Amino acid sequence: MLKAFYYLLLRDMRLALRSRHELANPLIFFVLVVTLFPLAVMPTPERLQEMAPGVIWVAALLSVLLSLDRLFKQDYEDGSLDQLMLSPNPLVVLVLAKVGAHWLLTGLPLVIIAPLLGVFMQLSSESLSVLIWSLLLGTPVLSLIGAIGVSLTVAVNRGGVLLSLIVLPLYIPVLIFGANAIDVANDGMSVRGQLYFLGAVLALALSLAPLATAVALRITASR
Amino acid sequence: MWAWIQKFSSPKYFYDMSAKLIPWFAIPALVIGVYGLYLGFFVAPTDYQQGESYRIIFIHVPAAWMSLFIYMVMAISAGIGLIWQIRLADVIAASSAPIGASFTFVALVTGSLWGKPMWGTYWVWDARLTSELILLFLYFGYMALQASIEDQRMADKASGLLAIVGVVNIPIIHYSVEWWNTLHQGATVTKLDKPSIHIDMLIPLLLMALAFKLFYATMVLVRARNEALYRDRNRRWVRELVEKL
Repeated sequence: MLKAFYYLLLRDMRLALRSRHELANPLIFFVLVVTLFPLAVMPTPERLQEMAPGVIWVAALLSVLLSLDRLFKQDYEDGSLDQLMLSPNPLVVLVLAKVGAHWLLTGLPLVIIAPLLGVFMQLSSESLSVLIWSLLLGTPVLSLIGAIGVSLTVAVNRGGVLLSLIVLPLYIPVLIFGANAIDVANDGMSVRGQLYFLGAVLALALSLAPLATAVALRITASR
Repeated sequence: MWAWIQKFSSPKYFYDMSAKLIPWFAIPALVIGVYGLYLGFFVAPTDYQQGESYRIIFIHVPAAWMSLFIYMVMAISAGIGLIWQIRLADVIAASSAPIGASFTFVALVTGSLWGKPMWGTYWVWDARLTSELILLFLYFGYMALQASIEDQRMADKASGLLAIVGVVNIPIIHYSVEWWNTLHQGATVTKLDKPSIHIDMLIPLLLMALAFKLFYATMVLVRARNEALYRDRNRRWVRELVEKL
């Protein structure tokens, strides 16, 4: 079982790394969206600092949303998803592997590049570290919840808008606490509560979302 | 018991039975609704703080209650449909969604109309209004998913699962919005202290809540009847029904 997890994770990583431009696109999108905001308003440092948490987090949300399609769509179309569902290994574990690979390839790069954007938005160094922590705890939740949405819409042609309609409302708690943590850090207060909450949501999503995703795949991807 | 459920949940039986049931819900809904509105608009005392404009709560509050109640009904019947494969439960869930969304919309509109004289603006990012708005989005997501999967069984199951995921999320969303609200603008929202409500206001409020529930029961039966007919349009019982006309 662990072997299956490991091999699937490796396979997904390898496949994704072979088409690097696809990996880079959500990342470039993330940077681009954040860059638009200072251009749209007068970029005084105070104003940018005030906007930074919301802007960065919303951009991260949208960028993850754009990359979600890759999670199951290709495997569904070329039939390897059927093979995965036929395999004797529990589907939940396989889902977890796929989501893990997705996060390593899209969530983690966001976390790594975020400090640059924080500098763009004039965040202080303490706020920067909080930004990294909040993204580190929050982006896996985005991948996990997103997996439910993708698996529900995998059989729908042109399901992009539908996917965002389904997934974005479920992202709201992460957005609230993630952005708020940075906001609070800007004011120099303790961010423990927010980070603990994000951690709790991560634990909950980690335990429930793969189950829901597995059930959803059995419903929608069975032909 | 099982046989009874099977019998009752067959679309044909439901179609015949619901025709008899609808008046039993529709007429009380109308009577109680009119009486409740009369009590609320003309008999209930004027509020000493909010004047006459508080009277919108006789529509707003029951609608807001219904918006959550219907989501629960939807999720539970979708769960029944998923677990026991009862088609009628899926029909009920699917036909509840637009009604629930409408109640949510009514709650939002009446809430913002009430907000204008009370808060001086139509929209405040108040915790309850925001949660209600997100609930509306959840309804829209459910309806969109239901509509965009062609295979009916798959659409029912997929959107049913989404409704259940939504139910798990509603408390999390609600409390995080509430928490966000207290942090961002707890002080700017004039939280009117609500003293325990006067009995002359409470009675019309409860009557309206009852009327709304009965109205929902009527509407869901009507819609589910249509839905059952539509889904079974190629089956024999529907053909026989049409031929009789």
